[in-house]
Amino acid sequence: MAELRTEEMILNMGPQHPSTHGVLRLVLTLNGEIVEEVKPVLGYLHRCFEKHAEAMTYPQVIPYTDRMDYLNAMSNELAYVLAVEKLLGIEVPERVEYIRVIMAELQRIASHLVAIGTYGNDSGAMTPFLYCFMDREKVLELFEIVCGARMLYNYIWVGGLSHDITPEFITKTKELVKYLRPRMKMINNLLSYNKIFIERTAKIGILPPEVAINAGVSGPTLRGSGVKYDLRKSDPYSIYNKFDFDICVGTGERGVVGDCWNRYIVRAYEIEQSLRIIEQAIDSIPEGDVQSAVPKRVKPVAGESYVRTESPKGELGYYIISDGSLNPYRVKARSPSFCNISVINQISRGHMIADVVMILGSFDIVLGCIDR
Amino acid sequence: MGNIFTQWFGDNLLTYILIPVPILIYVLVFALYAVLGERKVSAWIQNRIGPNRTDRFGLLQTILDTLKLIQKEIIIPNRTDKLFFRMAPYIVFTSVFLGYAVLPFSSVYIGVDMNLGLFYFFAITSLGVIGVLMAGWSSNNKYSLFGGMRTVAQIVSYEIPTALSAIVVVMLAGTLSMQKLAELQAGGVFNWFIFGGPGSAIKIFLIPIMVVSTVILFMSTLAETNRTPFDLTEADSELVAGVHVDYSGMMFAMFFLAEYAQMFAVSGVVTTLFLGGWQSPFGNLIPFLNTPVFQVFWFLAKGLFLVFVQMWLRWTLPRVRIDQLMTMCWKYLIPITLVNLFLVGLYIILT
Repeated sequence: MAELRTEEMILNMGPQHPSTHGVLRLVLTLNGEIVEEVKPVLGYLHRCFEKHAEAMTYPQVIPYTDRMDYLNAMSNELAYVLAVEKLLGIEVPERVEYIRVIMAELQRIASHLVAIGTYGNDSGAMTPFLYCFMDREKVLELFEIVCGARMLYNYIWVGGLSHDITPEFITKTKELVKYLRPRMKMINNLLSYNKIFIERTAKIGILPPEVAINAGVSGPTLRGSGVKYDLRKSDPYSIYNKFDFDICVGTGERGVVGDCWNRYIVRAYEIEQSLRIIEQAIDSIPEGDVQSAVPKRVKPVAGESYVRTESPKGELGYYIISDGSLNPYRVKARSPSFCNISVINQISRGHMIADVVMILGSFDIVLGCIDR
Repeated sequence: MGNIFTQWFGDNLLTYILIPVPILIYVLVFALYAVLGERKVSAWIQNRIGPNRTDRFGLLQTILDTLKLIQKEIIIPNRTDKLFFRMAPYIVFTSVFLGYAVLPFSSVYIGVDMNLGLFYFFAITSLGVIGVLMAGWSSNNKYSLFGGMRTVAQIVSYEIPTALSAIVVVMLAGTLSMQKLAELQAGGVFNWFIFGGPGSAIKIFLIPIMVVSTVILFMSTLAETNRTPFDLTEADSELVAGVHVDYSGMMFAMFFLAEYAQMFAVSGVVTTLFLGGWQSPFGNLIPFLNTPVFQVFWFLAKGLFLVFVQMWLRWTLPRVRIDQLMTMCWKYLIPITLVNLFLVGLYIILT
């Protein structure tokens, strides 16, 4: 019998695919079901954010930052606004700082809930996805109370906030903190410690810490590899140094450090830490006027600034160059998802198609953040 | 042969035309309402309401959905192998429907009470895999191909634990006829084969073996119906929809129909083999509950309960990976069933 002729198969995953989390295209080179190479093709959601920003005044850019990582708008605004404030050299009232931290942490919870839910959906479990979205809905309701918007807020302004918080917001936030803890326990029981789920994610896509650091991976993806690095602690911005919380890292509780399960569980742990920060912050908000430091006209002197923050996806930084006019000369966003996805080829070789989906999901990418 | 239609109409051609009619009607109605049921069950599990706009509780939902599907154009992409592409859904459905021929709905109603009933069921339903492979291959689409190949690997592997755990019952009962298997389990819950079948107190040793066999048979049939956690054929997060990718309109609905029809068919087999078939759980305590009409009720109730369990599992568990699925089959289920087989053989020799 003649020998069977075999050849590699090229499978085009995306840009329209249910589990690429948007319009990401992955070109997979396959040997049977085994993946030999993964080539991400980006750019399907490119909206020229950086170029666009050059034609806008500084405050006008804020709504665009909302649309970068649309699951995580508050953190984007915060990072951009911090960079502009650094350029302007203004101090914001303490009340504003407190509210910003609360908002950023609420947003982190919402973003991580989406990450956990969609990860469950990637693994075939539909139900945790809906549970997570129900909980996320409660967070969005809080944002709706303060600024009327649910996803894209334009809430954090240069030097202040668009609206002050209300007593209703404070009581509802306290309720949310009480409500979320048992819910997270339930989601953990349903998904995180499910035997099949662990089988699917443990020891898959192991990302060694040195590879992660070399590739510029950050956020929960980096911490899943056991690297204790969180900008809120390592390089504190805003008033994070006032709060008591822990950096969550993958400990190899199941599987090995650096695999999909550890990257995933870091997010579940971090929700608890965010709740702790909110608990501490919500009771000690000082009095003040949230718009007292808002400049009439944002016109920084020529210069540049870079601010990096810990967004739910990782290290989000804005590099702004000002030429002294009303518009920024250049705005560069360092987006976490973009750097995180660069390691996908290295860690998915030798795994199966189903694993590529799990590895991709464990990065918690948002295409708006990658392509900008 | 124990069929009420033969008594009513005599042994002629008309009878043989009429016998499948109630089954066909049942399958169609079941598939319609199982889809609605699935949507409702998933809704309850996920804290939602589910379809409720069409009539009360969305009762007309799937009927209207089917009407919509009938109206839709059947799109056949150019690259497909037209003949096989068109044939595949009908082969899949036909093979499942033929399996219903040996399901004993009641002591007086069964399609054909052949002496090889169980064997026939496994043989005919596994033909469906040819249809799935045909669909996967003829679509000429990589996702479909993957789906098709996975299905073949999966179904062919899971035939073995299915058959082996069914043989345990056959060894005890000494018959392959579905009707006789159901008849043997007369006399209440404890005479069902899940509790070792009819026999003296010594059968207590059989109970753990039979419970394990039941669970394995149920799991393997779950794999054969391609339902979550074993729905690798569709695997919507990896393969988009596997073999269904290129199908539209009524041809897609045929696949859907086949899937739901098979859900009940395999539940029917588990019911007949282990859960007493159409026997009332109360045995002869209440003779009224053992009349033929009530037997239909018991059979459907048990079958539908298992269908519900299938749905419940689907909306609770994540999906396994193809190599884990194979590992489970070859390294765990088959050895366990072989041990079961051996133990039951030992029991038969010793008693």
